Amino acid sequence: MTRHDKIYWAGFCVIMALLIVAPIVLPEFWRRFLTEILIWGLLAMSSDLLIGYTGMISFGHSAFFGLGMYGAAAALLIVSPPNLWLAILFGLAGAAGAALFVAYFSTRLRDIYFAITTLIFSQIFYVIIFTWTPVTGGENGLIFTRPHFSIPFIYDVRFDSTIMHWFVLAVVTGSYLILRRVTQSPFGMVLQSIRENEARTRAIGYPVERYKIVSVMLSGLFAGLAGVLYAVQNEFASPDFVFFTTSGDTVIFNVMGGIGTLVGPIVGAGFFQLLRELMSRIFGDQFPYLIPLGFIFIAMIIFLPQGLLGFARRWLNR
Amino acid sequence: MDAVVQFFQNFPFELLLIQTINGIVTGMILALVASGLTLIFGIMDVVNFAHGELFMLGAYVGVIVITATGSFWLALIIAALVIAILGAGIQIVTLRPLIGRDPLNTILVTFGFSLILQNYALWQFGPVARKISEPITTHFNLFYLEYPWYRLLIALLSASIIGAFWLFLKYGKFGIWIRATTQDRVMAQAMGIPVPWVFTGVFAIGAAMAATSGVLFAPLVGVNHTMGLDWVLKAFIVVVVGGMGNLGGSILAAIFISLLESYASIWVNPSQAVIVSFVVLILTLLFRPTGLFVPTPK
Amino acid sequence: MSAAGTSVEPLVRVEDVHTYYGKSHILHGVTLEVAPGEVVGLLGRNGVGKSTTLKTVMGLVQPSKGQVQFDGKVITGLPSHKLARLGIGYVPEDRRIFRLLTVMENLRTGLDRRGVTEEKKQALLDKVFAFFPVLAERRNQAGGTLSGGEQQMLAIARAMMLEPKIILLDEPTEGLMPRMVSQIRQIVEVLHREGVAILLVEQNVPLTLESSQRIYIMEKGCVRHTCAASDISVNDPVIKQYLGV
Repeated sequence: MTRHDKIYWAGFCVIMALLIVAPIVLPEFWRRFLTEILIWGLLAMSSDLLIGYTGMISFGHSAFFGLGMYGAAAALLIVSPPNLWLAILFGLAGAAGAALFVAYFSTRLRDIYFAITTLIFSQIFYVIIFTWTPVTGGENGLIFTRPHFSIPFIYDVRFDSTIMHWFVLAVVTGSYLILRRVTQSPFGMVLQSIRENEARTRAIGYPVERYKIVSVMLSGLFAGLAGVLYAVQNEFASPDFVFFTTSGDTVIFNVMGGIGTLVGPIVGAGFFQLLRELMSRIFGDQFPYLIPLGFIFIAMIIFLPQGLLGFARRWLNR
Repeated sequence: MDAVVQFFQNFPFELLLIQTINGIVTGMILALVASGLTLIFGIMDVVNFAHGELFMLGAYVGVIVITATGSFWLALIIAALVIAILGAGIQIVTLRPLIGRDPLNTILVTFGFSLILQNYALWQFGPVARKISEPITTHFNLFYLEYPWYRLLIALLSASIIGAFWLFLKYGKFGIWIRATTQDRVMAQAMGIPVPWVFTGVFAIGAAMAATSGVLFAPLVGVNHTMGLDWVLKAFIVVVVGGMGNLGGSILAAIFISLLESYASIWVNPSQAVIVSFVVLILTLLFRPTGLFVPTPK
Repeated sequence: MSAAGTSVEPLVRVEDVHTYYGKSHILHGVTLEVAPGEVVGLLGRNGVGKSTTLKTVMGLVQPSKGQVQFDGKVITGLPSHKLARLGIGYVPEDRRIFRLLTVMENLRTGLDRRGVTEEKKQALLDKVFAFFPVLAERRNQAGGTLSGGEQQMLAIARAMMLEPKIILLDEPTEGLMPRMVSQIRQIVEVLHREGVAILLVEQNVPLTLESSQRIYIMEKGCVRHTCAASDISVNDPVIKQYLGV
């Protein structure tokens, strides 16, 4: 282990310890708040695999998130008694389907074209979900009850907000470790070389399109997982979350936290949600918090393109 | 066979004609929106995510001016001017520092502006849609319908604005600057063309075109803060289908897609008819990714 | 004739210029001068930084060190459109005609300036069309449809529309037929007679020696040798050393 590795794992353990203790210490509101930051962080982290590592900005992550949500809803409403693991399975299947569709078409395109087509594809899913009322509940979405947290034959407990937090924390941490492993693997290196120079990567002999498809699929799966968690946490699936604004938020979290860092997007999600909460407490619920946040976002693109985490890292390394 | 015969016997030909006219009317507005978008993209590789919001704010400025003065035509001009200035401001303050950086940064910045402008509109004007009355309220008979002359006027006005713009590009001094800059930014600058100001000017013109379409369209459905996203999405589709940066292609694609949507809404409800344009986009991407109305590159 | 040693204030003075493309160091302290109305040849093998020197003068690449003066003023850091307006015309190596613009429109990019009267415009056009009758014939044809030689003429004509005090001419005879080459030589002569200075980058040594008053020879991003063009011949050992194969 190098010195850098030691510092990294020490920091990792400290943050994990804090996050594990947090729900015991925090009051109900902030406990849920923190859980949601983790879920948004997972969504943002999944899209970082595309933005930060493969160099493709997705404006369509709401589709994967939404299908994860509706997939979980389907499992929880159809199968009785509702089963958590089935919800995850269904959610992942839904997200994978959407991701395959999006990946197949939009990976033929690059840069801005990719961004636009992912946006348009996610709107297709939105329109379908919004108008197919008999199945999806249309505008009103679907409501269901939270399943128990269970490990078959061993353990079965009702989800309260503390256990929910731990569960989310476990899933997000697991996902982070997997994504970290992926980005450091040879596969991840190819993705990064696509970002740096796509033509050259192709010339060396890598099937660039296949790599891109796999990265979109992978990203979509983790986004879908975030959708499942959100559905279980809030006990509903709503078309609002399939709408483009969710994708927009995802991109904002990434830029604010720092792309290409995996942890950065979680920091970004936290920063965004905290600022939002702060503003609505100071100025009231009606305050158009997205106006100042929009300006902060633009200023960060121009002056702090490496995001909060990148900035902190440089500052620490001075 | 019987089914086919029956289909044609019951086929609503009058409706088809009405929808053709409707499609051309929305197509012309869409063409006006998309020309600004494609112009901005063609010259500076900026995908203006806030284009729909400029459309929406243009409509709101129109509402304000009409309420104050009662003149629709004055509203049209003032909205174009105000939004042009806003566009120029946005370009100077945020896009100019990004020249030379990855173009993806520009899509992020303009996305940030679309958030700001949309929420500003919601905060300033509230969630209830505002109505503008049509400047011309006369109708003519079209089968069983009283068809408003105003709609035809919109199509005509949009067409003449696009036509005038085309002439300006073809013969005007600034038009030649724009075309030269689109083709070779560096050489244009070496010929003494102030490229940074050409960029600002083009952004302002694009913004003004969006605002104009916003005011023209406002009497048809009313103005609200979310109308921008629908339009920018449609304009994106049009711009990709027409071939990014290709003005003529965008105009054709705008009319083509609007007609298809318009026909589709004979059978399904309008919010589902949007899917038709999505399908056109997918097919275009699959078979002619450079654009439907672009000659195949040699 | 020569500027070096005379008291004439140079029109262009490049002073110890260092230029980088990303991390690669292209110019290692280039210094050169062009007097008003002087034709100066810049010789050297491929890749020694001749074109980069021209681009640095034109403001298309920014030097990391050193400065460029024009007419006694420091112009380093100014955007190239301002330099064009000050009176620097640029004819790049690959000509860079606006391919979709007609010949006339190409010329108008330089002609539509503030303070140019209609008569003046007509006079400039007449002059250019007298030089290059073929451009007058093709005035409504798209630039991209012209032949290589015609494009070269258009590129020079376009730069002339700026009424420049100096034209930076980058390999004007590259890939041209002999007949065209001699036409280019005549143009350089005519421009010289009119008092326009020219900084000429060329591979064609005889042409350069014949057209220029003075030459600079570059190697590896530095100026290695300078002398009056009349003091050196094609077979000179210096030429052999820096340009021979």
